Amino acid sequence: MIRIQGLRKFFGRQPVLRGVDLDVATGEIMIVIGRSGGGKSVLLKHMLGLLRPDAGAVVVDGTDITKLRGAALEAVRRRYGVVFQGGALFDSMSVFDNVAFPLREKTALGAGDIAQRVEEKLAQVGLVDMGHKNPAEISGGMRKRVAIARALVTEPEIVFFDEPTTGLDPILVNTIHHLIQDLHRTFRFTAVMVSHEIPEIFEIADRVAMLHEGVIIETGDARGIQNSTNPIVQQFIHGAVEGAHHVA
Amino acid sequence: MTDWSAGRETWPLPARWVEALGEGTLYLVESIGRFGRFLGQAVALVFIPPLKFRRLAGRVYFVGFKSLTIVILTGAFTGMALGLQVFLTLQRVGSEAFVGPAVGIALVRELGPVLTAVFVTGLAGSALTAELGIMRITEQIDAFMVMALNPMRYLVVPAILAGIITFPMLTAIFDVAGIYGGYLVAVMLLGTSPGTYFGQMQAFADMTDVMVGFWKSLCFGGLVPWVCTYKGFHCGHGAEGVSRATTEAVVLSCVLILIFNYFLGSVLP
Ligand SMILES: Nc1ncnc2c1ncn2[C@@H]1O[C@H](COP(=O)(O)OP(=O)(O)OP(=O)(O)O)[C@@H](O)[C@H]1O
Ligand SMILES: [Mg+2]
Repeated sequence: MIRIQGLRKFFGRQPVLRGVDLDVATGEIMIVIGRSGGGKSVLLKHMLGLLRPDAGAVVVDGTDITKLRGAALEAVRRRYGVVFQGGALFDSMSVFDNVAFPLREKTALGAGDIAQRVEEKLAQVGLVDMGHKNPAEISGGMRKRVAIARALVTEPEIVFFDEPTTGLDPILVNTIHHLIQDLHRTFRFTAVMVSHEIPEIFEIADRVAMLHEGVIIETGDARGIQNSTNPIVQQFIHGAVEGAHHVA
Repeated sequence: MTDWSAGRETWPLPARWVEALGEGTLYLVESIGRFGRFLGQAVALVFIPPLKFRRLAGRVYFVGFKSLTIVILTGAFTGMALGLQVFLTLQRVGSEAFVGPAVGIALVRELGPVLTAVFVTGLAGSALTAELGIMRITEQIDAFMVMALNPMRYLVVPAILAGIITFPMLTAIFDVAGIYGGYLVAVMLLGTSPGTYFGQMQAFADMTDVMVGFWKSLCFGGLVPWVCTYKGFHCGHGAEGVSRATTEAVVLSCVLILIFNYFLGSVLP
């Protein structure tokens, strides 16, 4: 389980996180929503140990990872799979090599097993016969899907998705959501996902948390969030321009 | 990093200047510390397996292949210019027979290692910084980290080892091209006898000269990738961050090459 306590982060004088508290239970799909530029990616990067907070803790199964470095941090990350917002594919490698990379570097699997697993994952995200292409030669949506395949190919215990479906067409959004749901049923991983896909996320989320102005203003299951009495949440999920929160 | 600026706006003006000075000094010391630690980590990873041989081979090819033609070309013309000027100067005192050793020693001890390092910085070093900078801003370096892999092992160590391997070779090629360039001018154009050119060179230049050049090129071979990978790794945001990092890497490498060249020249026999 991941427990975030009082997480604060400034960039220079700009406060981005002002005391975030959030619990993610083992095996659940937690979806974080919030305005663009509101600090969702920053929050995720704290859970990955890529950013250090100014105050607060990120406790993963009992250890505060904000205090860890080196081998101890790597031990935690070994359980992670991550889909970055921009994909973060290695542009010097083909699509196939990108997905194969974590298997080659972190497991003792032979070339045949690796090829089979990679092809299987690429097929699951709808990318058959694309393995030889370079990331620069495929569309943005395809890159997203390669990133998803790369994150899931190692069968991680905890998966972080930073807007995995932004920029995909509606059919692909559902395909990816179903894929995540299916894999989740099989592997029971814990997922923390940042997403703007409203209302689609309500079908796959166990719980939803809304980050607003540096704090989590509401958490609840899909129902709870949709029926929230908080006007800011209501405004956000209905995309209203006029409302409680003045749109800048 | 600590946020030193918190609450600064409430300070009186003179105190803010002192504070800014202190902050600048702290920043400088901190950067030098980080720069040194970066090399320390890279060196440690050379001895902690696994070493990424394929990436190393790729880098050797990248540095060597990219630079080969330019090194030969610039080496030849440097030798030619040197041959001409040295010949004309020595002719005034009637000792043009020494043009061979003069050209040879100047190339092997000083110009070869320095100019090769500078050219390779411009060719391969800048490309290295840009490549790593783009990997940084597109979160590819973060991707290594969250896969529990050390990005330095994949990106920095091979580059530094490749520099240490290729710089002495490229320097040797530069020297040979330069000596033949000098030969072209001094012998073919200005009429020194070939026997004098090479004979005197053998008589005056010895192994210590070669070794000085070798040690220098070895140092530069470590220095240039160190600076260039460091700058790429720590580049700022966006395209501007990458372009600034690239400029800084080239400038800092060249400055350090010249500074180290002087000190190595005075320390080595
Ligand atoms: N490395 C950084 N240095 C300085 N400021 C940063 C950095 N990373 C993020 N920020 C700032 O933090 C704020 C939150 O950024 P973040 O990327 O977390 O937003 P987000 O909620 O993920 O938005 P989006 O939905 O558009 O991805 C932004 O104002 C951004 O400018
Ligand atoms: Mg984001």
